[in-house]
Amino acid sequence: MMVHLKPSSGAHVGAKSSVSQIMWQVMLALTPATVFGIWCFGWPALNLFVITVLSAVVFEAFCIRLAGRAAMPVILDGSAVLTGWLLAMTLPPWAPWWIGVVGSGLAIVLGKQVYGGLGQNLFNPAMLARVALLISFPIEMTTWANVSPLFFSDSPGLVESWRITFAGLENLDASTGATTLGYIKTEFSQNRLLTDILKDYSGFLDFIGWTRGSMGENSALLLGLGGVWLIRKGIIQWQIPVSLLLTVVLLSGVFHLIDSEHYVGPLLHLNSGAMMCLAFFIATDYVTSPNTKTGQLVFGSGCGLLIFVIRTWGAYPEGAGFAVLLMNSATPLIDHYIRPRIYGRDRKGKPLEIPKS
Amino acid sequence: MLSFFTRQRIRGGVHAEERKVETATQPIVYDFPLPKKLYIPLQQHVGKPAEPLIRVGDKVLKGQLLAYSQGMISAPVHAPSSGIILDVNDYPAPHPSALPIRMIVLETDGKDEWIETCPVADPFELTPEDISLRVGAAGIVGLGGATFPTAVKLNMGRENHIDTLIINGAECEPYLSCDDRQMQERAEQIIDGVRLMLHGMETEHAVVAIEDNKPQAFFAMRTAAKFFPQIKVIQIPTRYPMGWDRQLIRYVTGKEVPVGCRSSEIGVTIHNVGTAYATHKAIRHGQPLVSRVITVSGGAVGRPMNVEVPLGTLISELFNFCKVNIEDTARIVMGGPMMGDSLPHAGLPTVKATSGILALTQSELKDTDEKPCIRCASCVTVCPAGLRPLDMANNIRVNQLDAAVDIGLKDCISCGCCSYICPSNIPLVQYFKYASGEVMARQQAAHKSEQTKRLIDDRNARLERIAQQQREEELARLAAKAERERLKAEQEAAV
Repeated sequence: MMVHLKPSSGAHVGAKSSVSQIMWQVMLALTPATVFGIWCFGWPALNLFVITVLSAVVFEAFCIRLAGRAAMPVILDGSAVLTGWLLAMTLPPWAPWWIGVVGSGLAIVLGKQVYGGLGQNLFNPAMLARVALLISFPIEMTTWANVSPLFFSDSPGLVESWRITFAGLENLDASTGATTLGYIKTEFSQNRLLTDILKDYSGFLDFIGWTRGSMGENSALLLGLGGVWLIRKGIIQWQIPVSLLLTVVLLSGVFHLIDSEHYVGPLLHLNSGAMMCLAFFIATDYVTSPNTKTGQLVFGSGCGLLIFVIRTWGAYPEGAGFAVLLMNSATPLIDHYIRPRIYGRDRKGKPLEIPKS
Repeated sequence: MLSFFTRQRIRGGVHAEERKVETATQPIVYDFPLPKKLYIPLQQHVGKPAEPLIRVGDKVLKGQLLAYSQGMISAPVHAPSSGIILDVNDYPAPHPSALPIRMIVLETDGKDEWIETCPVADPFELTPEDISLRVGAAGIVGLGGATFPTAVKLNMGRENHIDTLIINGAECEPYLSCDDRQMQERAEQIIDGVRLMLHGMETEHAVVAIEDNKPQAFFAMRTAAKFFPQIKVIQIPTRYPMGWDRQLIRYVTGKEVPVGCRSSEIGVTIHNVGTAYATHKAIRHGQPLVSRVITVSGGAVGRPMNVEVPLGTLISELFNFCKVNIEDTARIVMGGPMMGDSLPHAGLPTVKATSGILALTQSELKDTDEKPCIRCASCVTVCPAGLRPLDMANNIRVNQLDAAVDIGLKDCISCGCCSYICPSNIPLVQYFKYASGEVMARQQAAHKSEQTKRLIDDRNARLERIAQQQREEELARLAAKAERERLKAEQEAAV
């Protein structure tokens, strides 16, 4: 006699994928951009990255223990590491250590665990933390280091990097500046025109990532490649990234054609800010995006629209985080109204009529 | 570009690892040793159980009627071999619960002696009604696993003036290859069965649909159907659950069966290839359904094969024959690995519905370590019925069964695609089956309490009526008595 095993219903076999595999594959896709970002901004960026990820894991373990469960299996699913990683990608690379710790705390505790843990949260934890940090600590969150690659003579060494991370920057103006989007916003307020503002701007350098910004902002190329790989692996679907990017391109293209002195062109939109990171890695978060393909198209376009509106007319130069959070809150609504049609029923759920032959 | 706007022909589905090669490449095995005892359930079909007409101790021949069908939707049961009836009693059913159901136990005498059969020389001389009658009398049911009595389906086809008969040769379940082998080895008989079904339903056209992972079966069937222009043999894409009747109907005809309707109402009927073969045997040779081809496969099976076995054979005997390593067997599954049910032990009989018996090792099984749902929506993508399994499961988990019904619980076909794909190993189909059963139980309980209330009300009314009647009778009696006394007094006064 054998012991009766549950479940008794199929499927008895299964696809070879698991939650942790999905998480690690997303991290793998993030790796090229992360490595490049850390190289670009040197040891302080690495310090902040490690601190953010580690504290995310510690906060996760703390919450799970508080709930009286074993922490190790939950940590191993990789979701806390990924949240910390994504958050680190959106922080200024030379930000002080406590920005990473507070951010991880916000993301894991407030953004995820208070809702009930993995799969229950309404907002993307990393974006929630980033936006909360941006509003609470505007100075630290908008101090962008110059590109200062590892092992270059002008770049901070290992010991100096600890001072930057743990004691803060001393001579701000010498080693920091504004991001492209921030610069444009400031200069607009001086009534300068785009051709004048952007005369030193190189679209190519922005594209490969040789520019000021967070690690998740700087290399559109590597982030885009990682994202395309995820789509090819079937981890994410094309609907959200494509609709998001397309909406931004269309809107900015139309406005740029109408008034090219006051509206930034589509290419600069795509290259700058966290556009690629957001389109492929943040907006596609399973938990906080709609379930159906059509819903995902609506969600993606909504994000794109809000990003464009906030970047163009809003007070913050970078609208990405806000846009995603706003659309996250609309996800339950989208899922309520956009559902697949059930076989043999019409869209309203009534049985189909028998066709007259 | 135009096709982009037309309705998708295949919805959802998964491409599971096939694992058919082990059994699909070798011929059907016929030398299965006749078991000493056969356990023949009286219910091997959808509908009412058959009613036994033999007694314990009776000697029966192979193919002899053991139990007759009762009611509109039912099917008779015949003796799978010759021998003596040992018992008619309750034995464990081939079901995950292994609860006892009524079975006939037959001790075989080893002679395997057929009862006298009455073959028909030219069955196309028979009336269509006669075809249905003979198919019904042979105890044929849908052998794809649905086990709906075939004769009833033929009748419905005739009444609804079907224009297309689809023969389901998809065999989309992984591991199983019994239909594949039958199509390769019995193509002519199957095509003959299809012609007989067409005759029985008075239908013009048949389409035999075979998944394109079975090229040999396709060629064999196409060759066999060469001289019959009314039968078209086509290849269909390999994608589980292609063999779901409604998916296949939509793919082949472009029509969608409305919820709550039978496919015959939109002019289509679907039968399995094995059913067509059984029809051929019943009409041409007069032989009832007493055996079937079963795929025995899985990692723990030493000699995986397709084997023709008498109905009622215990799984344990099959396992002995196929050299199954019981130590390595982590789960016994009846049917395919997607829709089949796991069985608690091997001491259960095979029935008409048994297309396969799998002895799966731990490494073949899906992980049962359940993780939280991450709303990846893979289940929504793969659901062929257009449901949202994750939302249904969430409702069921918090016991909101009505909400689950509202979003389509009753439209679930238990195909298992959602459970298969789920990265969090959530046993979604298990949830849905539990919830469906629970909803039905609650409805029955509600119905019962309503019924009880009605009976109590009736009883109260009846008692009231009786009391009223008694009161009236009492009054009448008193009145009569008074009258009598008055008359008596008058008489006395007169005297």
